[in-house]
Amino acid sequence: MAAVDRLPPGRGVRSRADRARATASYVVLVVGSIGFLVPFVWMITTSLKDDGQIYTFPVQWVPNPVKWENYARLFAQAPMWTYLRNTVILTVLGVIFSLIGSSIAAYAFARLRFPGRDVMFFVMLATIMIPSWATLIPTYIMFGKLGWLDTYLPILLPALFATPFNTFLLRQFFLSIPQELEDAAKVDGAGTLRCFLLIVVPMARSALLIVGLFAFLYYWNDFLGPLIYLSSDSKFPISLGIMNFAGQQVQDFALMMAAATVAIAPCVILFFIAQRWFIQGIVITGVKG
Amino acid sequence: MTATTSPPPTQDRIEPPPKRRRNTLARREAITGLIWVQAWFIGFVLFTAGPILAAVYLSFTDWKGIGAPKWIGLGNYVELITDDPLFWQSMKVTAIFALLYLPLSMLIGFGMAVLMNQRLRGISAFRTIYYLPSVLSGVAVAVLWGFVFHRDYGVLNWFLSLFGIDPVPWLQDPRWVIPAMVIMQLWGVGASVIIYLGGLQGIPTELYEVARIDGASWWSTLRSVTLPMMSPVIFFQLVLGVIATLQIFTQAYVLTGGGPDYGSFFYAINIYQRAFVELRLGYASALSVVLALIIVAITGIIFKTSKAWVYYAGEKGES
Repeated sequence: MAAVDRLPPGRGVRSRADRARATASYVVLVVGSIGFLVPFVWMITTSLKDDGQIYTFPVQWVPNPVKWENYARLFAQAPMWTYLRNTVILTVLGVIFSLIGSSIAAYAFARLRFPGRDVMFFVMLATIMIPSWATLIPTYIMFGKLGWLDTYLPILLPALFATPFNTFLLRQFFLSIPQELEDAAKVDGAGTLRCFLLIVVPMARSALLIVGLFAFLYYWNDFLGPLIYLSSDSKFPISLGIMNFAGQQVQDFALMMAAATVAIAPCVILFFIAQRWFIQGIVITGVKG
Repeated sequence: MTATTSPPPTQDRIEPPPKRRRNTLARREAITGLIWVQAWFIGFVLFTAGPILAAVYLSFTDWKGIGAPKWIGLGNYVELITDDPLFWQSMKVTAIFALLYLPLSMLIGFGMAVLMNQRLRGISAFRTIYYLPSVLSGVAVAVLWGFVFHRDYGVLNWFLSLFGIDPVPWLQDPRWVIPAMVIMQLWGVGASVIIYLGGLQGIPTELYEVARIDGASWWSTLRSVTLPMMSPVIFFQLVLGVIATLQIFTQAYVLTGGGPDYGSFFYAINIYQRAFVELRLGYASALSVVLALIIVAITGIIFKTSKAWVYYAGEKGES
């Protein structure tokens, strides 16, 4: 930054242009962020209005009176607690399974030498191109033949196996851990599993956290899997439950916005708690990939 | 941490193990590796490679899910090309959406990132606001936007009315439903803003200082320093964007169910309809194989052209 002081003449003009540009940038960023925030505000205020306030034009931004009862009505009219419980079960197991499968495969790709390793790693990355739609029908038939329709197995079993993004991210992290630590442990007689569990996993905590966060978002919001595999209402996660509920309550916008708020809130809270890792995660896979 | 990075000095003096023992050690590691990699490989066989082969086989059959699949050769492919207006409609919808959404999302994502990559105060607040919507997805987001787009009571038409614009039938008119989908999807542009921002912050500042001393304008610095340095990130975002965009399903399924008048009948909705509503599993498999081929072909083309426009530092000298 010291170099700035030694810039040739003309600097004054440039910094005035800089200042103008900064102001313009602020204007664009502020207007943009209002645009990005409005849908949230809209959802929350609508969820707290009564019908009279919803069906007014121009828009009434602050609900008056505030109808907290809408949320009570929502939980009375739809089995929201069941949906939430099912979503939590699917999400928790999905996160744990993703961490197990991807970290084991990532360790193999990062540290172990075996024939075909680089080819397999390449093939794994290439499968990013394969649309899930191309595998969906035979997978559905397979799970049907096994008699697993209307259970969580078709959604959770694939979670146990490594997925390209998670594995790639974890592998990059594992590679950055100094090999000497494991070599020293091996000299002391530790096996591969001990090295992995006692050295690599603790050191890759932040990477595992990142993978866990993205797995949380994925399983919390997953819709296609439940839509195809689940048929009984008592097993629906919140995504499918809301879809069902929205179909029945076409005109009750307050309840639908309340339902959307309930489904979105956990993700928003998680985002604010762990924003730093969310950012790290997508920068690692998006920039260094 | 720092103490452990240098190997213990005693290790240097350990004699190399006899050749046979080294071989058995290597073999043991290979076996361990092959066992550990099963965490990926079994899943690959069961949920990717196997199903793909099965889908290719099914695409040559007529099958309703009961009895044995009936071999009909290229029948499904002939039907979808010559005798299925909905196939072409779904191709059209998906292509128009992709051609609108991908350039816009890259342009806005990159533009926002450039704006935020300045020494401005409060950048982290902007980063939070832009990034937050992109971690949300699925049904709740579509339900929320369904009311934003409401013709009579939606906030978007209220906003437009401030400028004297008549209510737009976003979800009732097949001509407006794609733009509506694009707007909704652009709400999630924040993830790419963060990725571009990460890339911009990785550009060595010396390059900018040199450009500055040379008297380069803001625009020419952007064109000759920023864009070439960012081209690998842009390339990667383009590839992933194409792959994801061609598979869009949930948003359209929840918001419009593919309507009105098939105006948002995305390719994936077509597959879903054929497979899980009409139970034409053979025909739907043909559709899914075509989708996979299209995605692989487009990705291949992008990779082929990438040599011309993607700059990898260190490959050649400064160009």
